[in-house]
Amino acid sequence: MSSHDISEDNLPHKQAHAHGALGVADKDNPFADPGLPPHEHRIQDIDEKASKRSERIVAALFTLSMLATIGFIAAFVALPVDKIVYIFPLGHISALNFSLGMTLGVALFAIGAGAVHWARTLMSDVEVAAERHPIEASPEVREQVFSDFRDGVTESGIGFGRRKLMRNTLLGALTLVPLSGVVLLRELGPLPGEKLRHTMWSKGKLLVNVNTDEPLRPSDIAVGSLTFAMPEGLHEHDHDFQKEIAKAALMLVRLEPNDIKDKRELEWSHEGIVAYSKICTHVGCPISLYEQQTHHVLCPCHQSTFDLADGARVIFGPAGHALPQLRIGVNDEGYLQALGDFEEPVGPAFWERGES
Amino acid sequence: MSNAASNESSRSRGKAPAGERVADWADGRLGIYSLAKANMRKIFPDHWSFMLGEVCMYSFIIIILTGVYLTLFFHPSMAEVEYHGSYVPLQGQLMSQAFESTVNISFEVRGGLLIRQIHHWAAVVFIAGMLVHMMRVFFTGAFRKPREVNWLFGFLLLVLGMFTGFTGYSLPDDLLSGTGIRFMQGAILSMPIVGTYLSMFLFGGEFPGTDIIARFYSIHILLLPGIMLGLMVAHLILVFYHKHTQFAGPGRTEKNVVGMPLLPVYMAKAGGFFFLVFGVIAAISAIATINPIWNIGPYRPDQVSTNAQPDWYMGFSEGLIRIMPGWEINFWGHTLVLGVFIPLMVFGLVLVAIAVYPFVESWVTGDKREHHILDRPRNAPTRTAFGAAWIALYFVLLVGGGNDLWATHFHLSINAITWFVRIGMFVVPVLVFIATKRICLGLQRRDREKVLHGRETGIIKRLPHGEFIEVHEPLSQEQLHTLTAHEQYKPAEIGPAVDENGVERKVKASEKLRAKLSHAYYGEGNQIEKPTLEEFKEIEAGHGHH
Amino acid sequence: MKKLSARRRHPLAAIVVLILALAATGGLYAAFAPAGEAQAEETAQSLAIDEGKKLYTVGCASCHGTGGQGTSDGPSLVGVGAAAVDFQVGTGRMPAQQPGAQVPDKPALYDQAQIDQLAAYVASLGAGPAVPTTEQYDPAGADVARGGQLYRTNCAQCHNFTGEGGALTHGKYAPDLSGVAPKHIYQAMLTGPQNMPSFPDTTMPEQEKKDIIAYLQAVNGEDSVSPGGLKIGGFGPVAEGLFGWVFGLGALVAVAIWVAARTAKAKKS
Repeated sequence: MSSHDISEDNLPHKQAHAHGALGVADKDNPFADPGLPPHEHRIQDIDEKASKRSERIVAALFTLSMLATIGFIAAFVALPVDKIVYIFPLGHISALNFSLGMTLGVALFAIGAGAVHWARTLMSDVEVAAERHPIEASPEVREQVFSDFRDGVTESGIGFGRRKLMRNTLLGALTLVPLSGVVLLRELGPLPGEKLRHTMWSKGKLLVNVNTDEPLRPSDIAVGSLTFAMPEGLHEHDHDFQKEIAKAALMLVRLEPNDIKDKRELEWSHEGIVAYSKICTHVGCPISLYEQQTHHVLCPCHQSTFDLADGARVIFGPAGHALPQLRIGVNDEGYLQALGDFEEPVGPAFWERGES
Repeated sequence: MSNAASNESSRSRGKAPAGERVADWADGRLGIYSLAKANMRKIFPDHWSFMLGEVCMYSFIIIILTGVYLTLFFHPSMAEVEYHGSYVPLQGQLMSQAFESTVNISFEVRGGLLIRQIHHWAAVVFIAGMLVHMMRVFFTGAFRKPREVNWLFGFLLLVLGMFTGFTGYSLPDDLLSGTGIRFMQGAILSMPIVGTYLSMFLFGGEFPGTDIIARFYSIHILLLPGIMLGLMVAHLILVFYHKHTQFAGPGRTEKNVVGMPLLPVYMAKAGGFFFLVFGVIAAISAIATINPIWNIGPYRPDQVSTNAQPDWYMGFSEGLIRIMPGWEINFWGHTLVLGVFIPLMVFGLVLVAIAVYPFVESWVTGDKREHHILDRPRNAPTRTAFGAAWIALYFVLLVGGGNDLWATHFHLSINAITWFVRIGMFVVPVLVFIATKRICLGLQRRDREKVLHGRETGIIKRLPHGEFIEVHEPLSQEQLHTLTAHEQYKPAEIGPAVDENGVERKVKASEKLRAKLSHAYYGEGNQIEKPTLEEFKEIEAGHGHH
Repeated sequence: MKKLSARRRHPLAAIVVLILALAATGGLYAAFAPAGEAQAEETAQSLAIDEGKKLYTVGCASCHGTGGQGTSDGPSLVGVGAAAVDFQVGTGRMPAQQPGAQVPDKPALYDQAQIDQLAAYVASLGAGPAVPTTEQYDPAGADVARGGQLYRTNCAQCHNFTGEGGALTHGKYAPDLSGVAPKHIYQAMLTGPQNMPSFPDTTMPEQEKKDIIAYLQAVNGEDSVSPGGLKIGGFGPVAEGLFGWVFGLGALVAVAIWVAARTAKAKKS
């Protein structure tokens, strides 16, 4: 690459000739650097009254800050934590939060404003130029560094093909030793196994209404209504409730059997009642924005839309496959029950999922 | 300060003042004098946009201060408890200790709510500040040699900041952030081969498990901020070491830096600015609520709310995931979840584009010199257009991430917005690129006119023969210098087709690409030749005859 | 076609006055008539149905058909019940003004007496949920926290955490619930207006509906508290991010400009 690298000619000139030396304007070159403009005085530099005024403003700001801090402490002591006040246009807000925040804000802001005003009006505003030095070291330094390095390497005995065995075993040891750390990470969690393929649902499990904790009957579910169910035996206080409901959450709707376009869906339904997983097949949001006139269900997270009248097929959005359907029927006592687990994994797709 | 004030009186007593003695003691052990000699009167140039980095640094400090306070009350545990605090609408609800303790910080700890809100508002401002700070550095070309490494440090701070923010947003274990974690788990599952394993290891089993909050906690309060603190210190050291860049102007060259000394002016301005930033954020936290988790409720995997979005800095990834078509490939019993995996990859690419740009540009220009004078964005039209296109892409994706709110607030169809974003993410950046470049070239032409013909004064003069002309006022030498100080590259050509020995050589594809890019950057029609001295003098001589 | 009804507002007003007068006369007559109370009630009921039918013919029949059987412009009203009518007409959704993805609410066109008559008529077409009594929907004494949990399970997915509303497909939306009367919220859950699914008493008993209404009043009523300050719409992180950029970073940039600005120079003399 280097032999055909971009030639230096393509680079702009080093501009040194175009920019006159500092402060020396080139008469013939109107583009040349005229140097730093002469310093102009501020009002405060020449008017004692103005500078006194600035000083008073700065002192007043610092005093304001002290008062605000006292106000902060007073508010902290005086206001109960649950006191609510109405402040337009903020609404009904916590008196303590508002007064603490405002006093703290003022106390801090006034210090800053005072310091900045001081710097802007009373400290010297003469602009100064400081020299820059190239970051790169000089060739001599560079040469010195390299020769030092060579010396060091030679003295260690590693370099230039000597003592290869020692060097290679060291490299081997250093490569292997982090493995201990990696191996320890194995304890972070179990292997996936078949965990993602099964839910709590099984043949004969009743469909329990999430709202009432009562098993559901077909007559409870009207056309156009939306019901959420969980498997019998799952309770909010169970220690693995979150894990189980994350897979078993069920959404029940009743369609006119004539409206059901998918043959399998009709077979797996009961009197038009269909049970679908509530967990989106995209990334697992509980999907339940059911539009009862269109039979579409929308995910609030990423807008995947499924047609519940057509096997919950994806009709819009990023989900890759239909919502899993749960096969349902009624038991001897007339309660809705599952006729097995979902036949495919619920929730987001994953590498081992495969086609169902 | 008081020590300095008492200098005179103590010196008369023939003994070094106390302050000096303390300084001597420290110097004998730490060598502070040589450090102070180099830095105490260090020069910093004045420009408001140079303070954007300070906004970030100060909000980061505020976040650390308030974060430490919050750890004193927060319990990073997912153990289920029943709530019996003072907030009635949650009375008796089951929730994790993480959620309960966050509600308690808000309602039982005096000032706890304020600190929580300062912590969260400062995080929002911190990352917004980093993005704007990076825009400033990008559009002025401040990332060029010798500052590429510092650009990378800044880039890492941005990325780590995003993830620190995401883990922090997740800690309260509320319904909104739980949905966010669920999304993350789905995204991890989509990764080919390793997805399910990573998910099981991260969550300690199946989602949501009982470990994720505690694990996020140590990542959020220790691992990521620890790295960030180190990077920030390194970033600052490099800023000091390189000395600050400056805009072109009279007296400002590549070999100097013009401004005011650290002591006292910058000490006061920068120190004062910390208090200003803190004050503004504290006031905002008094006025506006952020993440009111008591309204959102505790997380349950079968519950969700609409308007489920991450904090704004993750919004573009949310947009990517929302607009992706649901592609999924099944083969040999395996599933490739492209609908999730592609956005995950594009998310990385959008960010990596930031990191690699300085190296791409320096490869195209072949420029190995140091640059300390900043470019005006118009004088680097292609770079500016690239930056604007990136911002356009980012913004279009943000729109996609909030498509539901756009739908309800502008009475649009959410499907139409999604389609707009699907097409717009490809089209809008291109349009913005072209428009930005045009605007830059237009501005360059205007600068050229201004240099050659002077400033339009708006004064109309009638000449004796009846013609009306607008009086143009010639520019001062200072203005002329400022407008012509920028450098202009010549486009690179492909080297000779034969080598030194007259043998035909193979022109590498990379070489061709570079020549093409170089033409796109600096070729004809991609920059306006700045006026030359000859042109200027010719016109001036012409005017003389008037 | 639906605009017809809107244009007929003025003639309608005249009819309204007439009907009110008639109803008043009829009511007075019934009150003073020597017949038994039950009979009077029945008479009043059939009178209301008659009056409702008149209103229906003028304002509703063009879309819903002369006998409520439905047309291509409007669904059948047989069996929707009085509660649905009370909700649709009471929130101003019906009569609809123009076709669109969704019929929005607006100031009601009919007064409560007329709505009751319309409801009586539609209820007479087929059995459906009756207009709930105050006792049914009054949230006083309900369990707010339980309501919150039910709300998050059943309602938040469309209406947002605190009932600010949200988007549905193709321009449809779940409306903002702030300021909606408890009766109308109850009826909406009961009847499932437009694309909203219903939550009948069989799956969500009356008490749970009350709990939900109580929760909404607590978090989205006129006196709802927002301890932390301005709610910023209650839309979550998108609104917060916008606020942070505009007022947070915006204010800080303004401050930075002041800090770095040159101080006024003394005038050159």
